[in-house]
Amino acid sequence: MTKPVLATTSLAGCFGCHMSFLDIDERILELIDLVEFNKSPVDDIKTFTKQCDIGLIEGGCCNSENIEVLKDFRKNCNILVSVGECAIMGGLPALRNGISIKECLEEAYLDGPTVKANTEKIMPNDEELPMLLDMVYPCHEIVKIDYFLPGCPPRADLIWNALVALVTGDELKMPYEVVKFD
Amino acid sequence: MRENILSIIEKYQKDHRRLMDILIAIQDTYRHIPDEAVDILADQLDLSKVDVEQTISFYHFLSREPVGKYAIYLNDSAVANISGRAEVVQAFEEELGISFNNVTADGLIGMWDTADIGMNDQEPAALINGAVFTKLTPKKVKNLVAGIKAGKDIPDLVTEIGEEVNGPAALSTMVTNNIRQKGAILFSDDYEVGQALKQAIAQTPEEIVTEVKQSNLRGRGGAGFPAGLKWDFCRQSGGDEVYLICNADEGEPGTFKDRVILTELPKLLFEGMAIAGYAIGAKQGIVYLRYEYRYMQAYLESILQELRDQNFLGKNIAGKAGFDFDIRIQLGAGAYVCGEETALIESLEGKRGEPRNRPPFPVQRGYLDKPTVVNNVETLCSVVQVILEGAEWFKSFGTSESAGTKLLSLSGDCKNPGIYAVEWGVTVQKLIRRAGATNVQAVQIGGPSGMCIGPDQFNRQLAFEDLATGGSLIFIGEERDLLGDFVVNFMDFFIDESCGSCAPCRSLNVILRNKLLKILDGKGTNQDIDELYKWAGVGRVTNRCGLGQTAANPILSTIENFRHLYEDLVETNENFVSTFDLKDSVAESNAAVDREFVLPHKTR
Ligand SMILES: Cc1cc2nc3c(=O)[nH]c(=O)nc-3n(C[C@H](O)[C@H](O)[C@H](O)COP(=O)(O)O)c2cc1C
Ligand code: SF4
Ligand code: SF4
Repeated sequence: MTKPVLATTSLAGCFGCHMSFLDIDERILELIDLVEFNKSPVDDIKTFTKQCDIGLIEGGCCNSENIEVLKDFRKNCNILVSVGECAIMGGLPALRNGISIKECLEEAYLDGPTVKANTEKIMPNDEELPMLLDMVYPCHEIVKIDYFLPGCPPRADLIWNALVALVTGDELKMPYEVVKFD
Repeated sequence: MRENILSIIEKYQKDHRRLMDILIAIQDTYRHIPDEAVDILADQLDLSKVDVEQTISFYHFLSREPVGKYAIYLNDSAVANISGRAEVVQAFEEELGISFNNVTADGLIGMWDTADIGMNDQEPAALINGAVFTKLTPKKVKNLVAGIKAGKDIPDLVTEIGEEVNGPAALSTMVTNNIRQKGAILFSDDYEVGQALKQAIAQTPEEIVTEVKQSNLRGRGGAGFPAGLKWDFCRQSGGDEVYLICNADEGEPGTFKDRVILTELPKLLFEGMAIAGYAIGAKQGIVYLRYEYRYMQAYLESILQELRDQNFLGKNIAGKAGFDFDIRIQLGAGAYVCGEETALIESLEGKRGEPRNRPPFPVQRGYLDKPTVVNNVETLCSVVQVILEGAEWFKSFGTSESAGTKLLSLSGDCKNPGIYAVEWGVTVQKLIRRAGATNVQAVQIGGPSGMCIGPDQFNRQLAFEDLATGGSLIFIGEERDLLGDFVVNFMDFFIDESCGSCAPCRSLNVILRNKLLKILDGKGTNQDIDELYKWAGVGRVTNRCGLGQTAANPILSTIENFRHLYEDLVETNENFVSTFDLKDSVAESNAAVDREFVLPHKTR
C-alpha cells in the first residue's frame, strides 16, 4: 500500500509549530514509516510534485505570498489542518491588526527608535517582495480548513496523535494534558 | 475647578462608593471628566487613578472627551430605525454640518448614538442633557437646533407635554405613557397609599414572607425567581445589616413598563419597597435608576419626601416602633449589563458594572458584601396587592406556574404601542390583535435576549411555562428585513454592551455578527448557516452572566424559526466562500511604499 503523502508549510509563523512537531522525538522513525513527505521544510521540497493527502499549515497570512502558498496547499492537499494559534487566529503577528499598515511600515523603516541607517528614507518596495496585507488573516478566512489544532505551539503529542488519527482513521486521542494550555 | 470638584466630593462625604454620583456631577458641569478631576478624585477618595479611569470608561454617559454643552443622544434601537431615525439623523447632520458621534467646532453641540432609551412606543427619541425628546421628525429637529443655537435652556426646548404629573416637583415631559389596558394588580383605580403597609406591620415579617411565598409571585425582571423564596434566603443569611435594591435599570430594548410604573405609581413602588424592607429586615432601600430615566429623578425624590412627611418612610414607620426604613435613588450612567443584579451591585459600589461570579448570590453576599435582595420594579409593586388582597386572590389570576398579571410593553409595527396589563397566559395572537398589528412577520418576545417567533407560534402563551418574558413584545411587519434590520441591530447591541470579561461574550458575538453580515452580503454558504447555529450555542454554556448567555439568541431563534430567510440569501452550492480580496487588502501598503499591484509577484 502506498503511504499517505504529507506536506507542511510555515506562513506568518515563527516555526515554533514545526519545532514542536519535531518534538515527537524517536517517533520520527515511525513517522517515516507512516507517511511520505512532499513539499515541506522538513525535506526541503520546494514545490508540490504530486497530490497530497494532508497539509499542515503553521502561521496565518500577512502577505500576498502567504495567500498564494495557502491557496496552493488547498489545491494540492485533500485535507488541510491549521496548526497553532497563528494559523487559527492570526496569533502574535495579528497584534498589528489594530494599527494601520502604513503606520507599521513607518515605525519599522522611518520613525522607530532603532532606525538609524535609513538616511534615504527608503521603504522596501521591490517587486520581488511579497505585498503586505492590511491585516494578518487566519487561514480559514482565506481557504476552507478542515481541522484545527490549538496551542502555541500545539504539543508534539497533539500533532502526532492528530496525524496518526488522520492516517489510520482511528479516533483522535486527546488526553487532558495535550489540550491544557497553562 | 479644584474647589468645585472638592465640594462635589464633599457632598458625597468623600465616599468612594459614591463615585458614580460624583462622576455624573462632574460630567454634568464640565461636559466631560477632565484630567485634573481624575487626579483629584484619586487623591481624595483614596483610589488609584486607574480605578477612577476604569469606572469612567465603563459607562456610556461618562466621557473623557467633551460631549458638547448640549449633548444629544439619539436612540439607535431597531424600532427607532423603522420609525424614521435615518431622516432625523440626516436632519441633525445637515443643520449642524457635522456627522454623528462628533461635537461642533465651538463645542456647543455633540451628537451621539445611544442604545435603547426605553421609549420604543414613541421613537425616534433622543436625550438632550437628560431631557427626553420623542417622536422626532426633521421639522422638530430644525426647531430644536434653532432653539439650542439661540441659547435656550432645556426646559424651554420642550414644546409639547406628553405627561404632566403635578407632584410637589411637577414632572413635565414630552414622554407619553400610553397605558392601553389597566389591570387588577397594576393601575387598578382604587389604590390608596399606606393601606398595605399598615396591614403589613400588623403582622410579623415572617408572616409577610409566608404570604408572598404562598402567592407564587415570581420576579418580573426576567428570570422569574420566586420573590418570597428570595426574601426567605436573605433572612436566613442572617446579619443585622441587610439591603433591599429595586432594579429600575430597564435596559432591555423594547421594554418600558418600569418607566410607566415609575411615573404613574411611584408611591405603589415605594410602599412595596417598605413592605419588602420590613419583611427582610432592611433599613435601607436603593432604587437603581437607569440614567436614561433621570428626567423623573427630581419628581421621584419629591415623592420620597412626601412619603417621609407622611411617616411612610423614615423612623418608626406608621407608628411601628423600631421599623426604620428609607430609600435613596442611585443613578446609573448608561450600561445595559448593570441590569444584571451583581453588576448593578458593583456599580452601586462605585465600580465598573462587571457581573460577579455566583455563588455567592446577592442574598448571601451582595451590596457591601451584606445580604441583599434585588427585585424588579414590577415585582415590588405586585407585593402591595398580595398584602392587600391576599395570596389566594393573587393566584386567581394567571396560570398555574405564573400567578398574577404582567405588564407588557408592546411596540414596533402596530397601531397602539404602549403598556398593557394582562393576565399571564395570554396568547401572542390576542396581543397582536389588541395592539392593532397587521401583517405580522415575526414577534420578538422579551427583547433581543428573548426569542423571535413566526405566525405558526402565535398561539403560544406568555407564561413561565411557555414563553417567559420580562415584559416586551416587538411586532415586526411583513415588509421588514428581519435579519438586516433587526437581528444585526440586536447583535450590535450585545457587542456594545458586553462588559468584556468573558472571551466568548467579547469575541464570539463579533464573529457571529460578521458571519451574519457575510451571509447578508450574498457571500454566505449553507455551511456558514450551520456553523452560525452551532457556534451560537456556545455562549450559553461558557459565559458568566445572562448577557453573554443570551446574546446569540437573535441568531439562534431566527435560524430555528426563519431558516428560510438565511437559505434564501445563499447563492452558491459551494461549502466555502471567502470574502477576502487580495487587491483590496494590499492597497494600503502598496500606496504607503509607492508600489503597483502586480500578480503574480515573482516568488523566490
Ligand atoms: C444582562 C442583564 C440585564 C438585566 N436587566 C434587568 C433590568 O433592567 N431590570 C430587572 O429588573 N432585571 C434585570 N435583569 C435581571 C436581574 O439580574 C435580576 O434577576 C432581577 O432584577 C431580579 O428581580 P426579580 O426577581 O424581581 O425579577 C437583567 C439580567 C441580565 C443578565
Ligand atoms: S502558534 Fe505559536 S509556535 Fe506556532 S507559529 Fe505561532 S507563535 Fe509560533
Ligand atoms: S457574559 Fe458578557 S457581559 Fe456577562 S460577565 Fe461575561 S463578558 Fe461580561
